[in-house]
Amino acid sequence: MNTISALFYLFSAVLLVSAFMVITTRNTVHATLYLVLAFFNASCVWMLLQAEFLAITLVLVYVGAVMVLFLFVVMMLDINTDSMREGFWANFPLAGFVGVLIALEIALVMKAGFNLPVARAMDPAVLKMGNTHALGVQIYTQYLYPLEVAAVLLLVAMVSAIALTLRKRKDSKSQNPGEQVRVKAGDRLRMVQMPATIEAPSLPKTPEGGQA
Amino acid sequence: MSANGITLYHYLTLGGFLFALSVVGIFMNRRNLIVLLMAIELMLLAVNMNFVAFSHYLGDMQGQVFVFFILTVAAAESAIGLAILVVLFRNRSTIAVDELDTLKG
Repeated sequence: MNTISALFYLFSAVLLVSAFMVITTRNTVHATLYLVLAFFNASCVWMLLQAEFLAITLVLVYVGAVMVLFLFVVMMLDINTDSMREGFWANFPLAGFVGVLIALEIALVMKAGFNLPVARAMDPAVLKMGNTHALGVQIYTQYLYPLEVAAVLLLVAMVSAIALTLRKRKDSKSQNPGEQVRVKAGDRLRMVQMPATIEAPSLPKTPEGGQA
Repeated sequence: MSANGITLYHYLTLGGFLFALSVVGIFMNRRNLIVLLMAIELMLLAVNMNFVAFSHYLGDMQGQVFVFFILTVAAAESAIGLAILVVLFRNRSTIAVDELDTLKG
């Protein structure tokens, strides 16, 4: 067993164990941290497959951004995890059945012949450029239009996430500069016609009327 | 690339196990919406693993380009999913899937 296969078995084992912990652990924060571990090991496995750019992107995008987002949400929401765990093991027979079924089906499909013992060599031009350069060339020439669509998709996702969670406080007092500029004098000052009334002085009714 | 004993079959088996594990996770955690989202992320990771493995063993860069786009869509999906989750929790004070039956009438 040489170094690469030893590393492969190590990373795969940690990946599978941490994925198992993600779905079984009681604390959601721990589940998120195990998911970080799983992504990190998947990134290491991709390094073994010589996909360096994607491995680093996985760490940057997932571990750096998406998992932090998950952690924020998990810590922001006050969730009663005990009530969530009701019936956790009651689902296990069905879940185990479906999981074993999927694993068997994938094994059957793979037995049909995807068994390439040795990797086919990449194009020599690609090997000379290196992984990141080759991926960049592909993305910015042949896949330029899908890349633009993906960029628009990210923009739409960002705008919709902000629009969904934006909330106006009901008790906050705010100014509207547009209305303030457009205001006329008539909106501020109301002239009221008030006819002057002259009050006739009333005579004191009794001479000893209290005020001395 | 010298033969180091690790074949395409090994990587595909890893991806298959990961996918099956995340399906089991979806079944067992079906009350907790956050763990459901995490299991979906694991599924996408399993699929990406297969893409990268095929890309390496077939000597073709197209698989890695596809993984790039899957990563983009997955990031957008989890951002919107978490935003919906936050709004849901604000309105209902719970994220248990069983109690989200308003549309049932």
